[in-house]
Amino acid sequence: MPHATAMPAHHYLNDGYGIKSWLLTRDHKRIALLYLAGVTFFFFVGGAFAVLIRLELATPAGDLVTDETYNKLFTMHGVMMVFFFLIPAIPAVLGNFLVPIMIGAKDLAFPKLNLASWYIYIIGGLFTLWALINGGVDTGWTFYTPFSTVSSTTNVVPTALGIFITGFSSILTGLNFIVTMHKMRAPGMTWFRMPLFLWATYATSLINVLGTPVIAITIALVAVERVFHFGFFDPRLGGDPVLFQHLFWFYSHPAVYIMVLPAMGVVSELVAAGCRKEVFGYRFVAFASLAIAVLGFLVWGHHMFVAGESVYAAMIFSILSFLVAIPSAVKVFNWTATMYRGSVSWETPMLYAYGFIGLFTIGGLTGLFLASIAVDVHVTDTYFIIAHFHYIMVGGTIMGYLGGLHFWWPKISGRLYNEALAKISAGIIFIGFNLTFFPQFVLGYLGMPRRYHAYPPDFQVLNVLSSAGASILGVGYLIPMIYLMWSLRYGRAAGANPWGAVGLEWTTTSPPPTENFEKMPTVTWDPYDYPAIKNAEHRLV
Amino acid sequence: MPTSSPLFPEAASTIAGRVDALYFFLIGLTVFFSVLIAGLIIYCAIRFRRRSPREVGQKMHAHYGLEATWTVIPLAITMFLFVWASRVYVEMVRPPDETLNIYVVGKQWMWKFQHLDGQREINELHVPVDRDVKLIATSEDVIHDFFVPAFRVKVDVIPGRYVSIWFRSTKAGRYRLFCAEYCGTKHSGMTGEVVVMDPPAYQAWLSGGATQQTLSEAGQQLFSDLACNTCHRADLKGRGPVLEGVFGQAVTLQSGEKVVADEAYIRESILNPAAKITAGYQPIMPTFQGQVSEEQLLALVEYVKSLHK
Repeated sequence: MPHATAMPAHHYLNDGYGIKSWLLTRDHKRIALLYLAGVTFFFFVGGAFAVLIRLELATPAGDLVTDETYNKLFTMHGVMMVFFFLIPAIPAVLGNFLVPIMIGAKDLAFPKLNLASWYIYIIGGLFTLWALINGGVDTGWTFYTPFSTVSSTTNVVPTALGIFITGFSSILTGLNFIVTMHKMRAPGMTWFRMPLFLWATYATSLINVLGTPVIAITIALVAVERVFHFGFFDPRLGGDPVLFQHLFWFYSHPAVYIMVLPAMGVVSELVAAGCRKEVFGYRFVAFASLAIAVLGFLVWGHHMFVAGESVYAAMIFSILSFLVAIPSAVKVFNWTATMYRGSVSWETPMLYAYGFIGLFTIGGLTGLFLASIAVDVHVTDTYFIIAHFHYIMVGGTIMGYLGGLHFWWPKISGRLYNEALAKISAGIIFIGFNLTFFPQFVLGYLGMPRRYHAYPPDFQVLNVLSSAGASILGVGYLIPMIYLMWSLRYGRAAGANPWGAVGLEWTTTSPPPTENFEKMPTVTWDPYDYPAIKNAEHRLV
Repeated sequence: MPTSSPLFPEAASTIAGRVDALYFFLIGLTVFFSVLIAGLIIYCAIRFRRRSPREVGQKMHAHYGLEATWTVIPLAITMFLFVWASRVYVEMVRPPDETLNIYVVGKQWMWKFQHLDGQREINELHVPVDRDVKLIATSEDVIHDFFVPAFRVKVDVIPGRYVSIWFRSTKAGRYRLFCAEYCGTKHSGMTGEVVVMDPPAYQAWLSGGATQQTLSEAGQQLFSDLACNTCHRADLKGRGPVLEGVFGQAVTLQSGEKVVADEAYIRESILNPAAKITAGYQPIMPTFQGQVSEEQLLALVEYVKSLHK
């Protein structure tokens, strides 16, 4: 690691002090930190609900909380994690910080809109949190009708409104990224010179802009049926309950890719820097992101194989779901091939990348079980599904997010964290994660349904393993909170390029100045151009 | 009733073995590729570990052959899986011609079963072993899901619709029944058992109950109580269509469209008669929405099914 230097005299963190300089900032980097505070808060709120769920499930009887409370807990866990952590985490924190810097721009195209997005996100989040604490909601994060419109007596409309509001934050951020990438690239920064993180962020932004309005409309229809008794979904009012599922999953399946594509982008960066080498098959990885974004819109029906779907519709959705596995597989193979003859690092960000690739592989392959209709019929709505999507969302997205946070933390904060602690906690998270979720695959095939407050006693051993894993995982998530905060004050100054990585963000100071670069860059090299940089040794440090 | 193994569920239907075969193939595939990827990562991370702080990786050029290989191999594997899984699925959802039919009504938070011979059960379903059994199900309130893990079958039970599911159990025993679609407060209590019996035991069970009306007799009673029979007459003089022999036949509507008179059609015609008017008749039938329960509807449906020319 190159010798660390002192912190730069002027940077975005000391460019103005006081609460106003943060809450009225238009600097994308400060807004990224505002988002970091927001998503971290909602992550720990959602995590607290998960802890209570796993505690309840440690015993077969429903003895810790009542069934009503339990149903609210898993609903709140899902709502908080999906809409207020997983969807915004990587784009709004790392994307906000990195998109302008990676393309050599001073800021996003619409800085005020960017700040507005954060306010919308926080207002929606706090509103939802208020609805959840003040009575809660028991529909599951999926809000299936007619339960949500005619049966549930809980805070469905306020929760839905909170999610509705927050959706606009996703749309506006997506729009901002798309315009920025089209219009604000530095001279010489062609599309194929963009880092793969940007390709992934671009694909994600497309889904956000095209898909989010659908969930907004769907949620609005639920509220209208619930309040005014217009018959959209309730069969007694002439509606069709399954229509809701079509609309919901038309957004919510692409939303899975909103959550995982940015993590794939992060991992491409981690692997390139961790191997000091161009990502193998750069263009294939880039186009795989777009292929996933497009195909992701065509597979929603695989959530409804047992919901009265016709045989032929089910088969069409099955084959499309198999097809969406291909670009994901292409990415995994290319990342692995990148390591061949690389200069492979064992530093924390790379450990997260290893974890991501391994767990995403398992998550992706277990997705094939679900695309196989005959097996899906047995495992749908069981713990197999829970295990599968947590391998993607937690093993994939959160691993990618934490890897990215550790990789760019020296750039964001200007300081180094404790590497030994970081490695230990990455290991704890990996072990805790697998212990939590692997037994759930077995439970699912045994037939344990999801969203069960109490369960037959012979499922207990696997549930206890899962709960034990969750406690390890919880510890693993708390440790980075502590040492990252600690590094803000006590960490050594990182210097511009602590990893010896290439990419525009490593050419500027850590932390960067408010305008990102002292002199706006002109790009003449391909992304991940490590051998060229080796020849021009001075640029490495 | 413990499951047969702590890691694998009991298999007690004809389809279960075929689902399990696919499942084991998928496990093999998952293990193969996970070990392959993890092995390559570990190998490269050790073999090519960074040896000096300034070392960089060796530049490699894009390799179209490799990219094609790892695109085509997954494509071939997934298409093979698609064909295999779809074949099992089609068998799973297409019932044989001759089945023992039982009606199911889900409601928060119980399962109600209605046998054609008139027996009614709650949260317990008795069926004979080695018989093709078809369940025709609907819900009184929200979406439920009928799930018997030992049979590897599951279907969402949707209000306003009839869905069906079939199985042929292979051994006598008691098997768990779960509601697998979240349906509110006592969702995890909406469980029961399917009791699979040997034919003699099943016959004994059938005849054990108090003598009662068969389901279609109950339907016939309702048919006259609700005065359906004043318009739907067998002698062609009624104001409504003749129902004798209508079940399973194509009905020509006013629009010229043809629909098959299945359970769902009969149900709709009772609750919302104006939706599909048979050609040659006036839309004069009143709705019975709110006047007949789901169970009464099933009795009426079963009665109409029993009417032959």
